[in-house]
Amino acid sequence: MNPVIETEGLTKRYGDLVAVEHLNLRVEAGEVFGLLGPNGSGKTTTILMLLGLTEPTAGWARVLGYDPLRHPLEVKRRVGYMPDAVGFYDELSARENLLYTARLNAIPRAEADARIVDVLTRMGLKDVMDKPAGQFSRGMRQRLGLADVLLKRPSVAILDEPTIGLDPEAAHEFLDLIRGLKRDGITVLLASHLLHQVQAVCDRVGLFSNGKLVLEGTFEALSTKVLGGSYRIQVEAKPDGLERVLKAVPGVVRVTTPRPGLYQLEAQHDCRSEVAKRVVAEGGQLLELRFDRASLDEVYARYFQEARSEA
Amino acid sequence: MKREGSPWTGLWAVVFKEFADHLSSARMRVLEILILLTAVATVYAATQTLRTVVGEDPFIYLRIFTIPNKIGEAELPSFVAFMGFLMPLVGIALAFDSVNGEYLKRTMSRVLSQPIYRDAVLMGKFLAGLATLGTMLLALWLLVTGLGILRLGVVPEAREVGRGLFFLLATLAYGGVWLALAMLFSVTLRQPATSALAAIAVWLFFTVFWEIISGLLFNVVAAFSTGVIQDELQYLQLRQFFSRLSPITLYSESVIALLNPEIRTLGPLLGAITQLEAAGALPRTLLPLSQSLLLVWPQLTGLFGAVILLFAYAYVRFQRQEVRA
Repeated sequence: MNPVIETEGLTKRYGDLVAVEHLNLRVEAGEVFGLLGPNGSGKTTTILMLLGLTEPTAGWARVLGYDPLRHPLEVKRRVGYMPDAVGFYDELSARENLLYTARLNAIPRAEADARIVDVLTRMGLKDVMDKPAGQFSRGMRQRLGLADVLLKRPSVAILDEPTIGLDPEAAHEFLDLIRGLKRDGITVLLASHLLHQVQAVCDRVGLFSNGKLVLEGTFEALSTKVLGGSYRIQVEAKPDGLERVLKAVPGVVRVTTPRPGLYQLEAQHDCRSEVAKRVVAEGGQLLELRFDRASLDEVYARYFQEARSEA
Repeated sequence: MKREGSPWTGLWAVVFKEFADHLSSARMRVLEILILLTAVATVYAATQTLRTVVGEDPFIYLRIFTIPNKIGEAELPSFVAFMGFLMPLVGIALAFDSVNGEYLKRTMSRVLSQPIYRDAVLMGKFLAGLATLGTMLLALWLLVTGLGILRLGVVPEAREVGRGLFFLLATLAYGGVWLALAMLFSVTLRQPATSALAAIAVWLFFTVFWEIISGLLFNVVAAFSTGVIQDELQYLQLRQFFSRLSPITLYSESVIALLNPEIRTLGPLLGAITQLEAAGALPRTLLPLSQSLLLVWPQLTGLFGAVILLFAYAYVRFQRQEVRA
């Protein structure tokens, strides 16, 4: 199957500054892909190149089979984009703001009216649709932004930092809405630096650093690659000196002892029972056994830590 | 690499949205009240003066626009002079934040991610500005005409209406110059306050200082004058050339000739001819509209040219701008 978004050697330079360097990206139909990286790492520039809003210095991109440079209108007709800190005309109501978008998309008036009510209802904004957008809270504006994206019934939705500045409750709701897009068969490209949120919704992630895509894959694959394993087991046991025993447990990749008697294991799978069995078999006293999944934060932190120590 | 699809896709959507915004904005309402008040005041004063000469002047309707007014002891400029002063204000007010305002509101990237080209955005904003100016001017002109008929009891003749329409066109082009200028500043400068100031600075420069500067330039040249009449004429023409680099001069010259059929030249001999006519040495003749048009053709071309140049430059700058602020 053809990928929905494909780039090869995509590069953007502003003078000496390299914003995006030799990006090879493939996003398949129906998946939620997370573009991760600190501010200024080239996520937004990549998005603008995909939409044909800025010209690449080198390389090429295809979105739904179209070249954004040559066929920007075809691309933009099928791709919904929600910029970071999305803005609306404050003096116009939510409905009027969306009506303008509908007109720009050449959607006939009668159909536009129906679609607007539909998307606003879906985003939970039906009751406030005739209020000026200037009175909307941050969370409502973000949802209005998503309504604006859905209005044109896109095949691809590109969301740039959609949850930034939202309170946890609103962010959680917004992530649910993004999962809803996936259920509708919309391919989602999500750019963010909020790792745990990306982890919560994305099928695959790509890690950006200084304009380069340094890591790419499913979360499991990334944590195996960077951390060796995505499972965390914390063991408190007596007596000390059980590292050797714990390291021998099948699946355990690494053992650290923050203090005597406390062991932290990184494992490729859940091997709690085996750990417990071995500790007891050694005549040890098992005081506590805690289990945790690794988070993307850890992958991220560890990757950059290693990258620094290598340099 | 050639891009495909029409650059005008979505143009009318932008035009209608901007036009509706202009018509409902508080900014526009303030300007409308201001212009309405000046219009009513000048027309009232003008008709007061003109009542005494109804029947003597064949172009009495056109005089409503051009006659300098007196209310009591206070001197008021004519309607046309007021327009020369107010149109820049309206043009600047309509466009000074048209592009940078969208960046500031963060609506620009959302609008540009719709299936339209940038061309449509800038062109749409400019056309909507012109349409707003045109609507306002037309309403104003009809209002003045109506007031004139009411107060003077004189119905304008077809040739007067024709001149009036060309006066409207010239005024629209003049307003367009300031609209395009303000739009250019709104593309090149990031803050609306800065672009408004820059546009107003240019306006002040031409209203106040250009007269002085062109006068100074003339004086410098005149110091070397030999006293031969031919040279004097050349100096005067030079002075006029300098002065005509200002859109304000171009506009005032075009409307004077368009609204006064007896104006036969805009050159340095204008004063002399008027004196000779007054003294009875030359017969007073009236130019037909076509001849008046021919007289101001260069001025009108200059105004339209300025609009096109300013807009084209703004267009090029906007096309090359990065979407990210």
